[in-house]
Amino acid sequence: MRVPLEADVRAPARASDLPVAALGIAAVAAWLWAFLVTDRVAILGALLAVAAIAFVLAQRSAVAKRYGLALARRPRMGVAFAAIGVLAVAAALHDQPYPLLMLCTVMLFVVACIGLDIQTGYCGIVNFAGAAFFGTGAYTAAVLAKQGVPHLFGIVCGAIVAALVGSLLILPVLRTRGYYAALVTIAFGILFSTFLEVNNALGGPQGLKLPGIDLFGWRFNRDVDIGGASASFYVNYVVLALALALGAYVFSRRVDRSWIGLTFDAVRLDETAAAAFGIGIARAKIIAFTLGNFLCGLAGAVYAMMQGFIAPNNFTFGESLILVSILILGGIGNPLGIVPAALIIIVVPQKLQFIQEYRFLLYGILVVLILLFRPEGLLPRPVRRYFPAPR
Amino acid sequence: MTQPRQSTASVVAPLLACHGLTMRFGGLLALDALDLSVASGEILGLIGPNGSGKTTFFNVLTGLYRPSAGRVEFGGRDIIGASPQQVCRAGIARTFQRSRLCLPLTVFDNVMIGNHLRLDHRVSFNVLRRGALRRQYDECVEAARSLAATFNPRLSSRLFEAAAALDMIDRRRVEICRALVNAPRLLLLDEPSAGMTRGETRELMDDILQIRAARGELTIVIIEHEMNVIERMTERCVVLNYGEKIAEGPFRVVASDPAVQEAYLGQAVAEA
Ligand SMILES: Nc1ncnc2c1ncn2[C@@H]1O[C@H](COP(=O)(O)OP(=O)(O)OP(=O)(O)O)[C@@H](O)[C@H]1O
Ligand SMILES: [Mg+2]
Repeated sequence: MRVPLEADVRAPARASDLPVAALGIAAVAAWLWAFLVTDRVAILGALLAVAAIAFVLAQRSAVAKRYGLALARRPRMGVAFAAIGVLAVAAALHDQPYPLLMLCTVMLFVVACIGLDIQTGYCGIVNFAGAAFFGTGAYTAAVLAKQGVPHLFGIVCGAIVAALVGSLLILPVLRTRGYYAALVTIAFGILFSTFLEVNNALGGPQGLKLPGIDLFGWRFNRDVDIGGASASFYVNYVVLALALALGAYVFSRRVDRSWIGLTFDAVRLDETAAAAFGIGIARAKIIAFTLGNFLCGLAGAVYAMMQGFIAPNNFTFGESLILVSILILGGIGNPLGIVPAALIIIVVPQKLQFIQEYRFLLYGILVVLILLFRPEGLLPRPVRRYFPAPR
Repeated sequence: MTQPRQSTASVVAPLLACHGLTMRFGGLLALDALDLSVASGEILGLIGPNGSGKTTFFNVLTGLYRPSAGRVEFGGRDIIGASPQQVCRAGIARTFQRSRLCLPLTVFDNVMIGNHLRLDHRVSFNVLRRGALRRQYDECVEAARSLAATFNPRLSSRLFEAAAALDMIDRRRVEICRALVNAPRLLLLDEPSAGMTRGETRELMDDILQIRAARGELTIVIIEHEMNVIERMTERCVVLNYGEKIAEGPFRVVASDPAVQEAYLGQAVAEA
């Protein structure tokens, strides 16, 4: 077991590291831009190779570790850098709707996966119905938008309905353990997409159309003019998805770095011991499941309005498996790992149309390889620190 | 059989009193109408051959198993059928025969699992009121540090290392810290010496006695196979065999009891 120790955390980090860390983020942003715009297989391959080499080098290099620590000690600055990086990429892509749409999709999937991570990574409830909760949010938002309900309210309702549906599903999950709980979620996921197929009020197999988001008069689906330059309307969605992704990240970090996160860990690692020390197992699982499904539903609602169209085949069991593979690839229990994993799993098949048909096969192979050679994922979960170490 | 201390134990109301406690697993009688009481402040030894029902007794007490029959009173309250959480709330803490530490978590985290009932678990508090959480956290670090230091100053400097990095004796110490941090009234120790050398065992027992002296009023039931531990730590012990109490009294008296010798001898013959 590789467990980073406190000694690592105490490695010297200096304020002068910050500009260099910012430079690193600029490099990542440039890479992200190239990754999103390229449509040439060779360039895509080269970019992935560069990323892999940089990743391996960064893992070995003490300097990179120090920069990472400098950021870890200033969590707000890390969030600010990430925001600036994404906005810079969006600015560079401002007239290219397709890459912008991909960027938004990735960020919304990050939100959903952070939700799943709270359930699976923190509390140990394996959820194979992520797409169903995502879809619950999407369909709720669609139905409410049709009724003329204000969009912000509709999106929040999407998240709440997903959380409520989850709190019904948690009842059988609480009565079962391990594999059986996972089976309950699989059954629910399949039931959900079948239900959508046969339900004519929800559009049946043809699905539903949605309007673009309108927040207090700000129409998201209108191209924006910034100082004379016209930008694709997807820039609106980038800003929203970015806010949600950063919010979900900060939220999940705070949950983890608190007594709640500790309780989740205790429940995941040893229910018997946890109960013997007064921990309410059911309460912990209900909280984790509800928070996670809330985030899934939230992401789904925004995703639906961004796409303008949803159908049952967006929310199948297969899509749930994609969410789970993102978790496994990124590193279960580490929300940071979700970001590169979501980029790889969502963007690569979009770029390589010829592998679209085989993508489940490739995901399968990828997951098996990860579980065999790096079961802790790209970015393993570090030991909990409740608060950033003193500067 | 002479039971010199029996009288003192029954004058004051006992902290823990079991009457006719029975636990059946299918056809197997793991506890057979056990009557047992523990006086406040006492260290009681629980011994018996393998499979005689000692761990089962702890599991029944702590609400992991629901007994088939019998009554258990703790501090005058009936705790039969109580959930593990309720038992914990009532003031009973335990260690496990097979270590049940959360190895990927830090020493501090493991100890805080034992402190669960004192921590604030509201989502709003933990997520939004980070300043207040910080204060509670700082207090807890201090408490964990001083508790660990009572055992071993070295341990208190390793509070933020993963439990997996500790050796056997330190892990056992952490388990005991986890059980003690919430100041229970009754501590149940299930074979604390398992897997340790004789020297380590002695060190650990010194630690426990020291903590008890510092705390006062800590009642302990200790399951042990190491007879010198029992002899040293306990004033009184209870011997189980096939779930039945076959003897009770000071260790030296019990050890010379023919029924006890036969029970252990029977096991030795069976194992040979
Ligand atoms: N959950 C269970 N289901 C079925 N049988 C059980 C269960 N728990 C314990 N037993 C049986 O009850 C009997 C008593 O077991 P217990 O673990 O209490 O013994 P013990 O005195 O602690 O032994 P040891 O000294 O080996 O730890 C054994 O025969 C055991 O197999
Ligand atoms: Mg036992």
